[in-house]
Amino acid sequence: MLKKAPLEAMTRGDVDELTHMLKSNLDKVVQHGKRADSIVKNMLLHSREGSGERRPADINALVEESLNLAYHGARAEKSGFNITLRREFDPDAGVIELFPQEITRVLLNLITNGFYATAKRKAEAGDGFEPMLSAATRDLGHGIEIRIRDNGTGIPPDVKEKMFNPFFTTKPAGEGTGLGLSMSHDIVVKQHGGTIAVETEPNVFTEFIITLPRAGAGPQTGGRS
Amino acid sequence: MNVYILVVDDEPDVEELFRQQFRRDLRSGRFVMEFALSAPEALQRAASIADARLILILSDINMPGMTGLDMLPQVRAARPDVPVIMITAYGDGETRRRAIERGAAGLLTKPIDFSLLRREIDNRLEEVA
Repeated sequence: MLKKAPLEAMTRGDVDELTHMLKSNLDKVVQHGKRADSIVKNMLLHSREGSGERRPADINALVEESLNLAYHGARAEKSGFNITLRREFDPDAGVIELFPQEITRVLLNLITNGFYATAKRKAEAGDGFEPMLSAATRDLGHGIEIRIRDNGTGIPPDVKEKMFNPFFTTKPAGEGTGLGLSMSHDIVVKQHGGTIAVETEPNVFTEFIITLPRAGAGPQTGGRS
Repeated sequence: MNVYILVVDDEPDVEELFRQQFRRDLRSGRFVMEFALSAPEALQRAASIADARLILILSDINMPGMTGLDMLPQVRAARPDVPVIMITAYGDGETRRRAIERGAAGLLTKPIDFSLLRREIDNRLEEVA
């Protein structure tokens, strides 16, 4: 057995400090490892070939599913979270051919961002404020339109300019990868041949407007490259 | 007189990292380190409080809101006596050129080479000694 070596008070202090430091550094390694993991995963999603196949999907069902997923995800993450959800679904939106997983990803992204913006405004404005998010679909004939609107903090002009850039984020370090909107843009525009636009007014609302063509536009088989 | 160095980075763990790396210097009182989590906070500290003990600013570039490059000319105008060294993950020529053009005294890349940073700090301490 090893005998305990007596240490002078000064040395003891140093050793205690160093072991404490090592422990906390290990925690940091784990924590930042996870963060790096999430960034790499998102980058891979950015760069990989389109997954799955284009197949017919009911737009209203897809939006409904995304709303529910995002809502329950947000509730699970933060127990105090709540928001009024509104749906304005056009029955004529019908079925279109798309990559359902990817479009769901885009919708989840936009809805989750909307939740974040309303929660932030609520934190600033206090109890009088009622968070609200609406999802609307509309038949355009040659395509469909999806609008995701929240009454959160809105987007200032300088941010609006850069928000589709990869790695651009306004969230505190560690909370956002800055890839959500750039990826959403690629999925809608490059993969589906659609458009994504935003209308916003600081502290009033933000509305993302996605349009998707009904047939054939955009790459047929491949995905984002 | 206890000179101090202002470190600007939106990543809160930077403070812990720097305090570890320079713990001996900090303990012996060679210099003090202050930390700001945003460019406006740094400007507030450096510009509004004309504290002659501030001898060096180390700043990140990519920060939400005001970036380090946006801050640079403002802090240089307010405190021409204080050199600013940028510390960034983006060490490309263009970023370097823009940083120098806007008045940076140098640019170090992340991951930070602490022996290099230590030399920069030592040089600056000698200058003001």
